[in-house]
Amino acid sequence: MAEMHQILLKIGPAAFRIASAWRRPLEELEALYGDYPALTDSSVDFTVRLEPKKPWRRFIRPSVHIGGDFWLPDAAPLPLAQGLLAAEMGMNLQMALGWRRHLLLHASSVEKDGKALVMTGLSGSGKSTLSAMLAERGWRFMGDEFALLDLETGDLVPFPRLISLKNKAIETMQQVVPEHRFGPEMKATPKGDIRHLIPPKAAVARMDETARPALLLFPRFGHAPELRDMGQSEVFVRLTQASTNYVALGESGFEALTRFVDQVPTKAMDYQSGEQAEALIESLWSKLP
Amino acid sequence: MRDSLPLVRALREPTSVEALTGSQWSELISIARAESLIGSLAHRLQNVSVPDRVRAVLQDAIEAHDLASQQALWEADCARRALADYRGKIVLMKGTAYVAADLAAGVGRSIGDLDIMVARDDLPVVESALLDAAWEWVKPDPYDDQYYREHMHELPPMIHRERDRMIDVHHTTLPLTARPTPDAQAILDNAIALENGLYVMAAPDMLLHSVAHLFADGDLAGGLRNLWDINLLVRQFSDADEEFWMELNIRAKTHDLVRELERALRLAARLYETPVYRFSAGQTQFADYFYVRRLLARDGYGRETRKLTRFAFYVRSHWLRMPPLMLARHLWTKWRKGGTPPK
Repeated sequence: MAEMHQILLKIGPAAFRIASAWRRPLEELEALYGDYPALTDSSVDFTVRLEPKKPWRRFIRPSVHIGGDFWLPDAAPLPLAQGLLAAEMGMNLQMALGWRRHLLLHASSVEKDGKALVMTGLSGSGKSTLSAMLAERGWRFMGDEFALLDLETGDLVPFPRLISLKNKAIETMQQVVPEHRFGPEMKATPKGDIRHLIPPKAAVARMDETARPALLLFPRFGHAPELRDMGQSEVFVRLTQASTNYVALGESGFEALTRFVDQVPTKAMDYQSGEQAEALIESLWSKLP
Repeated sequence: MRDSLPLVRALREPTSVEALTGSQWSELISIARAESLIGSLAHRLQNVSVPDRVRAVLQDAIEAHDLASQQALWEADCARRALADYRGKIVLMKGTAYVAADLAAGVGRSIGDLDIMVARDDLPVVESALLDAAWEWVKPDPYDDQYYREHMHELPPMIHRERDRMIDVHHTTLPLTARPTPDAQAILDNAIALENGLYVMAAPDMLLHSVAHLFADGDLAGGLRNLWDINLLVRQFSDADEEFWMELNIRAKTHDLVRELERALRLAARLYETPVYRFSAGQTQFADYFYVRRLLARDGYGRETRKLTRFAFYVRSHWLRMPPLMLARHLWTKWRKGGTPPK
């Protein structure tokens, strides 16, 4: 078998071994994750594998197949130029299918004064962009993809991987963040145009610091600004759909989720611009106990 | 790491893992996950000192498999209720049977589909009762359907509409086209009743089913786990009953599986140090080397290795299942339908 190159990454509570048939995706990861803390020993939670489906695809029109400890049978391969995206997708896949130490919500989160704002919704709702934007305006970034709920305490645990910006969000953030914090631009991937953004230093330095969930939002981009109440049962059902491991956790997942829905005030939020969203969020945040 | 020997070593001798480095742990975990043995490994290492992160990974596996066995028993009970009016025996097979019978082989074992066995004459009754209770065909294809019904040891797989769980209804333990012909009636006659009215196979039959599954029915995918089942079943059954070896030898003849049993015992002894009765295991054969080579064909990244050996065993699995002319016809039909061979 052909040799593999590998690097180790620690993001929040999870440790990964990324093995790749090519150096390039790992060099890109190394550059972007350079300021993340190193693992204290080299045992990891998950292995991600980036490899050609057929040996000759290592050289000829190289195509990256995403594999690892946990995998999906029908994952489409990506061109080598999108190897960084493949690595990120591989890590997400390990978390979504394999992580059991927290309830995982497909949500972004930011923190202020020990309290966390959690934003969830369908892709395109803007939750990732909003978290990236707030992170530049006095909030601590906790994660743009997964919110991890502690099963015992209900606290939110950071998972501050690279922020994955899509399409128009790339330009929006380029106006705010210096160029050196961006990864390579990947055009026309299966998820649209993608560019990764390194979270602010504080987010990485404080990635073991939990926060109390204080507000849950269901943002929706492109509608006139409005805040709406949501029934608890609707919130519960939508969060079961937003969780990748709710079913796999059984009873402890159910308990963590019911407690979260009971304790965390929730609103649906429509908005058309970052400024509007920020104003709406501030109006809610200032009234929190 | 070039093969999956580290997994075999850890299962065989749990304290040996205390010498592993961090990166060796990562390799061991990847191999164990890929071989569906992470749950068994986790239980095996419960009293051994391991790094904190590894302990968390192992604890995850224990909890995941606890839930999986609970779900497997629930699924078996759903089938029992769907077949409440059926008078014949419903025999649980493989993982679900190990868990239902509270055997060591069930601890931490991964369980996928629900496998049950009923009398062949009763298949139409059982089939329609399951269809009435919201199970449906997975891939309604006339050729596959006919193939299953004429030549296989089970109905085409069904899946439950709401719970999304598969059931395989068997009427014997090997395809009808395979060379050995197990005595299905003898299995049903000797099956042991559980408290809930379901059955499991008697000890020798249960072991021989595992043997048949490993050597006479497949390409040895999942072979390390299968052999680990065999190791645990042999240990538990032979400890509990002095007559076990004698009965096993008699039953192996009944089911036409003497050679397969011998090979399974030799390989289990070789890889897992299973205490086997020399007479039942026979002399080491040259071919054993190839089986070991195939069983260990995975590297420290969890990748499948030794493609040629794997392919040879894939070809062999078809050879065992079908006479040449039938194999040719089967592959021709499949090829015309644009299907690719299963991996």
